Amino acid sequence: MKPAGAAPRHPARAAVRTLTAQGWPARIAAILVAAAILGPLAAVIRHAGGLSGLGSGDIDALWFTLWQAAVSAVLSCLLAVPVARALARRRFPGRGLLISLMGAPFILPTVVAAMGLVAVFGRRGMVNAGLEALGLPGVTVYGAQGVILAHVFLNLPLAVRMVLHGWQAVPSERLRLAAALGFGRAEVARHIERPMLRAVLPGAFLAIFLVCLTSFAIALTLGGGPRATTVELAIYQAFRFDADAGRAAALALVQIGVSVIALLASLALTAPPAFGAGLDRADAPPVRGARVKDALVLGAATLFLLLPLATILLRGLPALFDLPPSILRAAGTSVAIALGSTVLTLALALPLALAAPRARWAEVAGTLPMTASSLVLGTGLFLILRPFVNPVTLALPVTLLANALMSLPFALRLLMPEARALRADYDRLAASLGLRGLARLRLLDLPRLARPLGFSAGLAAAFSMGDLGVITLFSDGQRQTLPLALYQLMGAYRMDLAAAAACLLMALTFALFWAFDRIGQNADPR
Amino acid sequence: MLTLDNLHLQLGDFRLEADLAITTGARVALMGPSGAGKTTLLSAIAGFLAPQSGRILWNGADITGMPPGDRPLSILFQDQNLFPHLTVAQNIGLGLDPKLRLSAQDRDRIEATLARVGLTGLGARKPAQLSGGQQSRVALARALLRARPMLLLDEPFAALGPALKGEMLALCAEMAREQGTTVLMVSHDPQDARALCPETVLVAEGRALAPQPTGVLLDDPPPVLAEYLGQTRRDQV
Amino acid sequence: MNRIHMLAAPLCALSLVSGAAFAADKPVLTVYAPEYFTSEWGPGPKIEEGFEKICDCDLKFVAGDVLPRILLEGERTGADAVIGLTTDVLARARATGLFAPHNEDISRLTLPVAWTDDTFLPFNWSETAFIYDKTKLSDPPQSFQDLLDAPANAYKIAIQDPRASISGLALLFWVKAIYGDQAEAAWEKLAPKILTVTQDWSESYGLFTDGEVDMVLSFTTSPAYHIIAENDDTKAAAIFPEGHYFLTETAAALKNAKQPELAQKFLDYILSDDFQGMIATANWSYPVIEKPGFLPEAFAALPRPEKTLFFSEDEAEALRAPATEEWRQALRR
Repeated sequence: MKPAGAAPRHPARAAVRTLTAQGWPARIAAILVAAAILGPLAAVIRHAGGLSGLGSGDIDALWFTLWQAAVSAVLSCLLAVPVARALARRRFPGRGLLISLMGAPFILPTVVAAMGLVAVFGRRGMVNAGLEALGLPGVTVYGAQGVILAHVFLNLPLAVRMVLHGWQAVPSERLRLAAALGFGRAEVARHIERPMLRAVLPGAFLAIFLVCLTSFAIALTLGGGPRATTVELAIYQAFRFDADAGRAAALALVQIGVSVIALLASLALTAPPAFGAGLDRADAPPVRGARVKDALVLGAATLFLLLPLATILLRGLPALFDLPPSILRAAGTSVAIALGSTVLTLALALPLALAAPRARWAEVAGTLPMTASSLVLGTGLFLILRPFVNPVTLALPVTLLANALMSLPFALRLLMPEARALRADYDRLAASLGLRGLARLRLLDLPRLARPLGFSAGLAAAFSMGDLGVITLFSDGQRQTLPLALYQLMGAYRMDLAAAAACLLMALTFALFWAFDRIGQNADPR
Repeated sequence: MLTLDNLHLQLGDFRLEADLAITTGARVALMGPSGAGKTTLLSAIAGFLAPQSGRILWNGADITGMPPGDRPLSILFQDQNLFPHLTVAQNIGLGLDPKLRLSAQDRDRIEATLARVGLTGLGARKPAQLSGGQQSRVALARALLRARPMLLLDEPFAALGPALKGEMLALCAEMAREQGTTVLMVSHDPQDARALCPETVLVAEGRALAPQPTGVLLDDPPPVLAEYLGQTRRDQV
Repeated sequence: MNRIHMLAAPLCALSLVSGAAFAADKPVLTVYAPEYFTSEWGPGPKIEEGFEKICDCDLKFVAGDVLPRILLEGERTGADAVIGLTTDVLARARATGLFAPHNEDISRLTLPVAWTDDTFLPFNWSETAFIYDKTKLSDPPQSFQDLLDAPANAYKIAIQDPRASISGLALLFWVKAIYGDQAEAAWEKLAPKILTVTQDWSESYGLFTDGEVDMVLSFTTSPAYHIIAENDDTKAAAIFPEGHYFLTETAAALKNAKQPELAQKFLDYILSDDFQGMIATANWSYPVIEKPGFLPEAFAALPRPEKTLFFSEDEAEALRAPATEEWRQALRR
């Protein structure tokens, strides 16, 4: 069989127009998403009444937001290159497992991540202890540096995956040609790596930039202060502490503006960010030399990404079985919301992804949630619901919806390349056999998309587990989610139980991700 | 009878006109220079490309707007004729019921067809576990089972070696004879055309001409075909 | 939503369910309370138990951001009463006109400051303080000035953001009360010793118990928790001669309460011996009426500041924006 995604050979292929009626589920999904995003945005904009209420502190926050997002994205990309290079050219036992494990921080709830980073990079952490022993100046995990350190920790896995994916997309013929021509490392870098990086890195940069733009939980936990206040954090302060919905809305307007500009820039790039799992390619020619360097790079990256997780585990385990029933109940609520929002994410993402190759609007609709941060969305929903019901009574459905919407762009990005390949390779065959509707979904779309569907479901569940955005605005204190309960424990001096709750949160998040990813892989009939 | 009634196809700058009829049971080769529009013409007949104007009729019934799967034809593409995630038997079964709700009787028919194309006992395999020739046989088996009045071949065997390709084409011809199928086949090889197709439609310079006897056409090709075939006209020798 | 309840049900069954199931036919008193209140470590469950014994009603706490909710709901609020409003938000709460007088005799209060408010009734109090570990910090600052003058590497402290936290705002007023016009200069001297500014008290305190900071902005009453609940007497508050800033949490009834009598009964209960005798260990703060036996021995033995600093509601509201800006300017450099 021809490799998936190969370009059509004849002009007639490109213009093949199938007459299958797949349009309506995508249309419904697009309308739902557009309503759920644009409605709250409109409510926020209407409520904001302009930007006149913003002061110099807010300008500072805007600059810091842009600066930290740019620095975090640049650092993540730069560090990802040697790591991905080493992973691409080395074959060793456990490589697949290492690639999976190195992805873990990306799905780690930020509350937990902050705890782990403090344990490793804090004043009393092992890194500073080591540096002190060597007589070197220490590092700080607080303030601006902390925000950037944490963002690199959380997003380096994404950058590594994207660059690694770029390596794997290099046709093996080209690598073999390079070997046949006796290319050294410099020539490989010049003729293969650099062109690939030029294609991949802008997309990786913008994807991470966008994620970091709306981050606030890190500054929330590691400490913002005037030098490290992001716009999203200012929205949180305005909404929660000042109860000033107008100011929150004005800040939200700024946030939307920045996100839309960044998003348009990323849509203008042709190469969409791909998060494909790292698969082994048997025919990559072996690379000689630089073995020690690659080993060092991989070792350092592994330590950087996994040590914080290990410390969470070590700190949390002793009290894990002392966790009271209320925490387990909160964990149950979190898992239930995560499962619900995962189902909703897939129900929206799948029809949009299947329609996206032939309809640009489907891709636009699925990307819309990136214009609204979780707090902006929450603020807007609050403003919309307020005249009709007590928003608090809708805490769980609203959280479920918001979490699903936040995961949608990621799921869409994961599904689209496969959907595109599926269309290019099998649309005509399916049409010629009259395979359409539910039969097509069952026999063609679901089996072919099983892997990215499982991966998307895992991401959606993980993101939902760690969410601390919308729920904080709507919570009534009765139905706790696990991250909120964790905060309550800390607020009640129960730091050991909080560490155990963090451990539980991490374990549940990884378990859900792993389970969905597994289901996807097992359902893949290939 | 397949009638292309004043058919105008357009794809970007590319245009193709066809106004011709092919009698039921005929076996017709489509020949012409590369890029002349042979595949485009098959795509239109199969329902993947809506014509600018004109009609496609089968036995007088207009099928121009009919979904591909409902048309009275099966088509074998250059590649991607099988779903790699479905078994051989399922791939064939799709020809009986696109929903794959297969009765015991259906399964027996699939087994019988597999035997007919020389793949006895391979129904549970995935396409990737078969050789190229075996994969072609599976696709052919499905077409055989669908038993539609027309079979369109868009060079499905181009990747096979000459001997295997000849064998597959012979199998096609045999099936067509049995079922009285009308065959339209894109061909680059005059040998194939002579061996299998009594008639040939010349596709060149924006037109698909009415079928002509293959032997006559190849013995005395018009300049555009001669150039493509790499021949000079005999009378100029 | 039902589905979620169904999924959560087996877990619910494990938990301690309060008497809610038996109270279906009783009148319901709805009280808005802060997030921390209703957890099993907060004071909520004990208050609920105590009040339900005497009120023949069902006390229902709704936890969340109290004032924002009241502001958003306005006249249609579902609350009969609120609890946990801190002094910083009283001016805005009063401006809503939604609250009713408390009708309590507040001459009985034993607060370190004069309290004359006829709407908002205090139920506990404490003062800001920096908490340190006696085994790790041998020479804690002896005064606020000592703290400011200490070299940058002498102590690392964690404070809270005055734009997001009541204790952070109290620190802002503390500095303002001591240093007045010189507050910005004081912040500049304090800045190098601030390891981080967290949004919430919890994160700061977590950093302290992790040993990340030498001192944390908290309350004079914080050591009581460690002494009583953990048998750990290593934590202490640094007491400064300049004085410490007063913090209190209040309760109030709403004018539009559906259960006005119950709301009044609830306020009565707050000043009862039952409530006041329990609040010290339920909320790790001082009761507003101190009688012998209300404080466990170790709690009563905590060192107390000689001077209590406090801005009136109007002063605090007027100072808040400029003081926040001073703080911001000093710390952004």
